[in-house]
Amino acid sequence: MNREAKGSLKSFLVELVVYAALVVGYFFLVQHFLADWIARLFQGDRRIYAVAALALIVCQGIALEMLTAALFSLIKPRMDDK
Amino acid sequence: MNFLISGAHISPAYLIAVGFVVGLLGGFFGVGGSFLAGPALYAVGVPMNFVVGTDLAHIVGKSIVAARKHRALGNIDMKLGLIMVVGTIVGVEAGAQLIQWLKHSAHIDVAVGITFIVVLLGISSFMTWETIKTIRMHGHGKSPSKSRAGEHPSQTDPSATAHIARRIHGIKIPPYISLPVSGIDRVSIWAILLVAFIGGFFSGFLGGGAGYIRMPCLIYLLGIPTHIAVGTDLFEIIISASYGTITHALKGNVDILIALVMHTGAAIGAQIGATLTQFFGGPRIRMAFIPLPIIGIIIIIHGLLMGHPAK
Repeated sequence: MNREAKGSLKSFLVELVVYAALVVGYFFLVQHFLADWIARLFQGDRRIYAVAALALIVCQGIALEMLTAALFSLIKPRMDDK
Repeated sequence: MNFLISGAHISPAYLIAVGFVVGLLGGFFGVGGSFLAGPALYAVGVPMNFVVGTDLAHIVGKSIVAARKHRALGNIDMKLGLIMVVGTIVGVEAGAQLIQWLKHSAHIDVAVGITFIVVLLGISSFMTWETIKTIRMHGHGKSPSKSRAGEHPSQTDPSATAHIARRIHGIKIPPYISLPVSGIDRVSIWAILLVAFIGGFFSGFLGGGAGYIRMPCLIYLLGIPTHIAVGTDLFEIIISASYGTITHALKGNVDILIALVMHTGAAIGAQIGATLTQFFGGPRIRMAFIPLPIIGIIIIIHGLLMGHPAK
């Protein structure tokens, strides 16, 4: 494997690890703080539940990836220095 | 782990593993993966109504992750995607209405199952024939990472059935548009809307994102290069699956906590799958796609024989 390919593979793996940690952390935060509220919404108000459900999954998709990109831009210069 | 909304008790590791596999396939092929995730949820005791809705919710998240990655790689034709949204939504509604109408019939599961089998078998057979012919004529095609700078995607993605797309491009029903990202100089908007309607219709009728139908339609009917078809299809799946998530959530068919656990695996799989497309040419991606409809057929036949619907 050439040096350039090795570098991009390393970058991708680091980005993936950061993203995986954020995604898992996000789920545990939702589970810990919002699980009961979500279950109550499901029983009480389906409209808000529908909007909240979509918002939670979209947030997991978009916000965490943006956060990963921001964190990765901080990590990458240090990796390049090494 | 207990999920209060659906009342299911499922191991999170199982959900993450299922999500990862489906995410990987979704990122690489531009499909929602409901034909695998649906039966996988049903197998561990998730009630059937929650299977369909929850699967759609997790597809939204996974498709966003994969579509963002494909966008960064230049694999999404936004102009095409935005026009298709109209046809997709109309199609989803038409498919859902047909299902409602068929619900009065006693044999709805068999009717849906047989339709699914015929469509999937047709796609798989056609793609096998086309891919073999293309590889014999042109080789495996260039992966985007090996393409020369400034080389148009359509020049690196040969297809033995390009004449079908050329005929469709020749349809003379105005208005027309050009799709520079996909390398199409002129095509009738109606042709795009029809393809979007077909994908949306099957999404509403059979459930899931229907990427297994839309992706081949984009390649063979509209002549979109494979990599762009994968990315643009994911963009469409976000729209159709979001619409489906809202309607199913209103009916009480979505357990969002199950979807979030699945998405932890799916998001990682989707990142890897989307990145891998850089290293394969169009014909190779199409060739690797062929077993997917076959897996879907096996799952449906199993469901019909066991007496419960696969979706």
